[in-house]
Amino acid sequence: METAVKQAAEVRRDTRTSAFLRKLKKYRALLIMTVPGLIYLIINNYIPMYGVILAFKTLSYDKGIWNSPWSGLDNFKFLFNSPDAFIITRNTVLYNVVFIVVNTVFALLVAILINEIKGKAISRFYQSTFLLPHIVSMVVVAYLVYGFLNQDSGLVNTVLTKYFHKDSIAWYSEAGYWPYILVIVNAWKNAGYLSIIYFAAIIGIDKEYYEAARIDGATRWKQMTAITLPLIMPVILIMTLMAVSSILRSDFGLFYQVTMASGPLIPTTNTIDTFVYRAMVQLGDIGMSSAAGLYQSVVCFFLILGANLAVRRYDKNSSLF
Amino acid sequence: MTGAMNSRHPFIHLFFWLFVLFSLVPFLLVFMVSISGEESILKHGYSLFPSEFSTGAYSFLFNDFSTIAKAYGVTIAVTLIGTVVSLLITCLYAYPLSRPDMPFRRTLSFFLFFTMLFGGGMAPWYLTYVNMFGIKNTLLSMIIPNLLLSAFNVLLMRSFFSTSIPDSILESATIDGASEWTIFKSIVIPLSLPIVATIGLFNVLAYWNDWYNCMLFIDKQELYNIQYLMTKTLNNVQYLIMKAGSNAQAGEQLAKMPRETVRMAFAVVGVAPLLAAYPFFQRFYISGITSGAVKG
Repeated sequence: METAVKQAAEVRRDTRTSAFLRKLKKYRALLIMTVPGLIYLIINNYIPMYGVILAFKTLSYDKGIWNSPWSGLDNFKFLFNSPDAFIITRNTVLYNVVFIVVNTVFALLVAILINEIKGKAISRFYQSTFLLPHIVSMVVVAYLVYGFLNQDSGLVNTVLTKYFHKDSIAWYSEAGYWPYILVIVNAWKNAGYLSIIYFAAIIGIDKEYYEAARIDGATRWKQMTAITLPLIMPVILIMTLMAVSSILRSDFGLFYQVTMASGPLIPTTNTIDTFVYRAMVQLGDIGMSSAAGLYQSVVCFFLILGANLAVRRYDKNSSLF
Repeated sequence: MTGAMNSRHPFIHLFFWLFVLFSLVPFLLVFMVSISGEESILKHGYSLFPSEFSTGAYSFLFNDFSTIAKAYGVTIAVTLIGTVVSLLITCLYAYPLSRPDMPFRRTLSFFLFFTMLFGGGMAPWYLTYVNMFGIKNTLLSMIIPNLLLSAFNVLLMRSFFSTSIPDSILESATIDGASEWTIFKSIVIPLSLPIVATIGLFNVLAYWNDWYNCMLFIDKQELYNIQYLMTKTLNNVQYLIMKAGSNAQAGEQLAKMPRETVRMAFAVVGVAPLLAAYPFFQRFYISGITSGAVKG
């Protein structure tokens, strides 16, 4: 009796395994298709994740990553006891907060106003012009900024000295101006992009809402605040929460290329990403660089989880996962 | 166009024209400096309306174009190879994820998605490539790290596949005895050309504009791409003529170099191909980013 049950179970298991094998065989081609991508993800993403142990080690090149001696939390202690940890965190967070506010307000304004324009051709011309700064590299942006700010002949100093009879300013060594400059540069490069995304969301709104509102005698302003804004709120929310969840990340090109990596500007332009780069390449301090990188990754990880939870609570369909 | 201008919102157009100026003036300034006379720059500084025009900067650049041509060669080669390989890997990973009956589908999705949530950071990533795979100072280092597969693009493509390719077509092809590879090659890809083209464009821009990988992995000047050569030249305009050749020759050239205008002329040469191509791909690019943001 017992053996019969056992046998039956075995047969079932056999058919289950063989069904599984048959399935694998049937989908063999599809599984093979994913192999190049899998290998790439392992090399580019998963091996470096294992490499976070570097943050807990003192790397010596002749011993390699694995055999280098453990240093416990020394790298973190060193990082968080230095004034750098606070400064780079403050800079990264504050820049991002201002970027989010300025870009969102400006992009919404542009998106709503583009929607008011009747001519299709002119509307398209505006859109593609506003998007132009988004497609050039930060190196090109650095040249454009240099055209305005270089000390001897930049446009701003030329105007200052010629028309306002003021002294020229050494922009690339005066740290105090850069929070403003970088906010402008970032808006120049990215606000147009964001406005196009918001504009696409506005176009998607059913025109009947507006017709009904007009029949009821709603003004343009009323239509904007009572229809347009509430209906694109999910998109605004998602874009903003995505930005908030990467509040500890910064655009390396903006803070390194556009400032021309100028030393005197470091106090106001050093962010976590430039710090990680400088620690590794200029100081050769792999442990400290890894520690700062891990600190950034871990905080961002929890911020993304939190942001997703928040979106899900607000609107289940628009959550990321 | 004029009809729209005469509409009842003159202030809206005024606002937008100011924004247009804000977007374009920086480019215009660089261009105007590049065609200014060096003398007038030294005397009056950069100006949108230079008092004296000269093509001296360009003739200086084109006099010995080999450094720039080589950098462009690297950029073009990397962009071409990178875009094609990247598209291939992206399609191949995205298609199985779009099939609801695929085994391990959730696992494979998560394996991809997790890379968007967490990363090891730059130092371990850099050491992986340099120490384990030894790709420093090779073209591969500008093609592979970070740029070859974007999780975001895979997700975009997967949602296109699953919404735009009817299951019935796949089923009837299977009944007709077509293999998965044939289905992928002759049905899925031809039906998905819009998304393939969009992601191809994203790839082209990413490779064309990349300087980060070049900065990290390349020490040899003959392997610099155009973006990194531009970075080096911005910090030190002599960089353009510092390549090999005798010192005496370089010194002589240096003396003749109209520095301020050459720098900006090089910026123009560096950005010109992209700006020239922009009118042709802009509408396509706009529809690409909006479909990505709204659907993805």
